[in-house]
Amino acid sequence: MDTDRLIQALAADNDQRARPVSTQLAMALLVTLPVVAAMLLVTLGIRPDFMSAMRNPFFDAKFLVTLALAIPAIVISVHLSKPEASLGGWIWLLLLSPFILIVALIVEMTMPQRAPMMVRIIGRNSSLCSAAITLLSLPILGGAMIALRHGAPSRPAIAGALAGLMSAGLGATFYAAHCADDSPLFVATWYTLAALVMAALGAAIGSKVLRY
Amino acid sequence: MRGRDDEWTDLMRSANAGDSVAYHRLLKSVTPVLRAGARQGLSRAGQPPDQAEDIVQDILLAVHLKRHTWDANAPFAPWLFAIARNKLIDALRRRGRRVFVNIDDFAETIPSEPPAETLPTVEISNHLSDLPPRQRDVLRSIAVDSASIKTTASKLSMTEGAVRVALHRGLASLAAKLRKD
Repeated sequence: MDTDRLIQALAADNDQRARPVSTQLAMALLVTLPVVAAMLLVTLGIRPDFMSAMRNPFFDAKFLVTLALAIPAIVISVHLSKPEASLGGWIWLLLLSPFILIVALIVEMTMPQRAPMMVRIIGRNSSLCSAAITLLSLPILGGAMIALRHGAPSRPAIAGALAGLMSAGLGATFYAAHCADDSPLFVATWYTLAALVMAALGAAIGSKVLRY
Repeated sequence: MRGRDDEWTDLMRSANAGDSVAYHRLLKSVTPVLRAGARQGLSRAGQPPDQAEDIVQDILLAVHLKRHTWDANAPFAPWLFAIARNKLIDALRRRGRRVFVNIDDFAETIPSEPPAETLPTVEISNHLSDLPPRQRDVLRSIAVDSASIKTTASKLSMTEGAVRVALHRGLASLAAKLRKD
């Protein structure tokens, strides 16, 4: 087929146009987030003392840390779906979540502690925590990948890693409502582990499916 | 280059507003620039330029299927050349070459006229016959026989809507097949 004829076919197809990637991603999250909420409620449930825990700033800080990861990851994912986009200064947005976590760690260090450090790290549910966050993140990662396939990222693995971080941040936001361990040391260990696992998984999947 | 880039941006805006004549003009206008860039990229990588036209077609398909990622407030040329560069790198990798492709390969080339000897483009033609029959017939009718959507619809006894869907799916499957090579 010569190029002029291909162009003719492309021009004839001008009225078929996909929705922007941001819209696609929003729709994917609208579908997957309720699924993940239901998964959490049916299996683990939210912690029984949820209402009183909200008065504990370390409990609230968990949501701040996870959303500070998820929201920048969403924004950067949409940005990277453009072919000419690069990570550039946007990567600094990803430091917001670790920064909040470090502030929380420092605050906790300065307070008198009832439990020794290792006990706070291991907490009550460390074996469950990372696995549960990973499982809750998977549907979100799947939805995000389907949406981001409409994009044209120049570095598919990086775009995939961002989708992994997005899903981990959102999955962890749900899990935090169940999680009875509020120490920032616990969060810094097990939530971070889950986020790294999801980022690696996202990068591996992204390098395959986000190529265009 | 400034005037050319502005013209492209205007044409793409009109295309997005539904003007397929502007879209046709835009694709015709970018093609010689893409061709020159593809030839230059191939020759820099020590490759014969005979596959340049396949790369051009691959770029055009990607431009078409990803045009919703272009921000109408941004200039069109950087977006176009980013896709072109990505596709050129891909093509070179498939031939086992790992080379750095400068984005300026495309931005600074002088458009080349189609070479006197018509270079055969094999990739799309090869994949065309592997498409599902509906998509293949519609694409052949519109691209090869230059029929309109209306004529194609009556020729294949399909509705115009079904022809449009088959055309779009056919182009998307072609792009997917090129990616898998």
